[in-house]
Amino acid sequence: MATTQHTLVALVEDKPGVLNRMASLFRRRGFNIDSIAVGHCEVPHLSRMTIVVNGSTTVVEQVRKQLDKIIDVIRVSEINAEDAVNRELALIKVKANSTTRSEIMQIVDIFRANIIDVSADSLTVEVTGDEDKIDSLYDLLRAFGIKELARTGRLAMARGGSNSLRPEKES
Amino acid sequence: MKMTGGQIICESLQKEGVDVIFGILGGAILPLYDTLPQYPKLHHVLTRHEQGAAHAAEGYARATGKVGVCFATSGPGATNLVTGIANAYLDSSPMVAITGQVARPFIGKDAFQEVDITGITLPITKHNYLVLEAGSLAKTVKEAFYLARTGRPGPVLIDVPKDVFVEETEFHYPTKIDLPGYKPTLKGHPSQIKKAAKLINEAKHPLIIAGRGVIISGAYAELKQLAETAQIPVVTTLLGISCFSENHILSFGMLGMHGMAHANMAVNAADLVIAVGMRFDDRATSRVSGFAPNARIIHIDIDPAEIGKNVRVDVPIVGDVKVVLNELNKLITPAQHVDWFKQLDDWRKEHPSTEIRDSGKLLPQFVVRQIYEATGGEATVVTGVGQNQMWAAQYYCYNKPNTLISSGGLGTMGFGLPAAIGAKIGSPNTPVWCIDGDGSFQMNIQELATAAQERAAVKIAILNNGFLGMVRQWQELFYEKRYVATPLSGPDFVKVAEAYGISAIRVKRTEEVVPAIERAIAEPGPFLIDFVVEPEENVYPMVAPGAALHEIIEAPVKEVAMWQRRSTP
Repeated sequence: MATTQHTLVALVEDKPGVLNRMASLFRRRGFNIDSIAVGHCEVPHLSRMTIVVNGSTTVVEQVRKQLDKIIDVIRVSEINAEDAVNRELALIKVKANSTTRSEIMQIVDIFRANIIDVSADSLTVEVTGDEDKIDSLYDLLRAFGIKELARTGRLAMARGGSNSLRPEKES
Repeated sequence: MKMTGGQIICESLQKEGVDVIFGILGGAILPLYDTLPQYPKLHHVLTRHEQGAAHAAEGYARATGKVGVCFATSGPGATNLVTGIANAYLDSSPMVAITGQVARPFIGKDAFQEVDITGITLPITKHNYLVLEAGSLAKTVKEAFYLARTGRPGPVLIDVPKDVFVEETEFHYPTKIDLPGYKPTLKGHPSQIKKAAKLINEAKHPLIIAGRGVIISGAYAELKQLAETAQIPVVTTLLGISCFSENHILSFGMLGMHGMAHANMAVNAADLVIAVGMRFDDRATSRVSGFAPNARIIHIDIDPAEIGKNVRVDVPIVGDVKVVLNELNKLITPAQHVDWFKQLDDWRKEHPSTEIRDSGKLLPQFVVRQIYEATGGEATVVTGVGQNQMWAAQYYCYNKPNTLISSGGLGTMGFGLPAAIGAKIGSPNTPVWCIDGDGSFQMNIQELATAAQERAAVKIAILNNGFLGMVRQWQELFYEKRYVATPLSGPDFVKVAEAYGISAIRVKRTEEVVPAIERAIAEPGPFLIDFVVEPEENVYPMVAPGAALHEIIEAPVKEVAMWQRRSTP
């Protein structure tokens, strides 16, 4: 069966061990996770997780159902890529000297990225966008030498006025 | 009123209707035990190993339908529970395990007898808790019992640091549960139920595969009504045994690796499988790609994650089996499937799966059959794991609901004796027979002391073949008879039992079987019979690992049938 990337969004209790429970489940059932991003959401004491999974539809459905069985997981939904906005943030520390600095700055401009730190031999670039955009910028900057890269993993939200995750498990 | 953490736990257990606790104490849980004398209604059963406590709690839970409770101390006490917790998890048994933990200031310091038991049990519990303040204890116990017994039941562990047991706080038992992430679906989707009814009403060769979900849900009458109305043959999984009377004309026995040949053939030929409260375990389905190749599949289960996990499903229905069957039955039209039953009966005649050879030797199958005859099928049978388990499943005829307690999912050797003790303590008026193998029995033989101390009148039948028999059978069939590490020597089980203060006898000949069983039944307390059976007897029929369900290995030598399990209708 064809494997494709799927985006799952989970609303979870903000309690110790929740991430551990989810990570343990991925490992034990052999699910292939590309990225997980976690942070607060609009409801106090709940966190929102965006999980990018690689697999067939059947496998992803299993991931969703198994996650939903965790008591601390309030709700899990799959977000349809076409009806959603996807963003990731990356920080890229690239080697730079007086001769390359301006060229890097031009590339950064084209990508509407920002330079957030400068030193004698480096620039730190902040870029936001979908994975393809970040990959492209990274590929261009690689020619100058990458000192460090940090990516957040994907965040996703359904387009339009409705919440990607209804607050109740069954409604 | 202010209470200590220990008192709060005991009060909460009483509120949950607990009357028996199985466990062993130790340093970290000592303060909880110290409060037990204030609660004489909580009867504590001291097992001799924490694994025994967990299995006994599960045996109790499965015999009574209540939540089984076990206690253990920190570190090794807690890790010794692990096998029992995993067993309860895989067989969906309601259990609450309370473990002592090192005092809060020592947590994370690798203190004496400290182990991260919530981390260890993460994948084998429905949920677990580390309670860091006495103020959360009542709420935690309430949630734990609710989680353990509702939805798909399972084990819940509560880890309590030693100093939390003595911390004082106000006790209020909550009346409400607030678990926004836990809302089991009980009612099946009406349109799915309609679709299922349509398939059932149109099917020519329908087959019900019933599992333990029927027993958990108590849907005996509903299942019977469905089968009788639409005239559908019923086969069960190992753990589904006793959810449908095996004396019933529509019963076609157990399917699977050691299932009845005709049951497996029925799965292969069915045009519709109605899977009720079962999870398509690999021992039941055998090779999944060859499973029910001609059938559409309706799957009724309370756990949505079981749907489509192993087998493709045409009509999934998530819900409580009893509730769903009730709705489904309203839409079922009476039917007859004369040709289908004729076919099944022909297979049953052509492939008798539970004959007993007239060999003149003491055969384990004969022993099981005689236990059935002597108890009239009134006993609860608790098994070990291995050949003994399969013979107990095949040769005892389960006519009464919930009369087989066996370790199905985890396949835990050593489950039999402690689970039988728990079952007996939970249902003192029901005869309880532990049918075990000599290998399996030795894995928790120390619990003879518990049976003796509690005067738990379990009747123990050891099918003693001097081998780890099921593994030996695999070595014989698939490893060219290289009997590596399967022969067992000793001990003298009669002497062992007597050393524990339990009466026992040894049986070596066929004619001694019935008098021995009758003596065991007459004995008021526990009793052990060491049946020295034919050492290299195999369990048949058998589906080899990797084969399809209908590719059945039958007993190679056809001798005169002494016994057949039931008269063919």
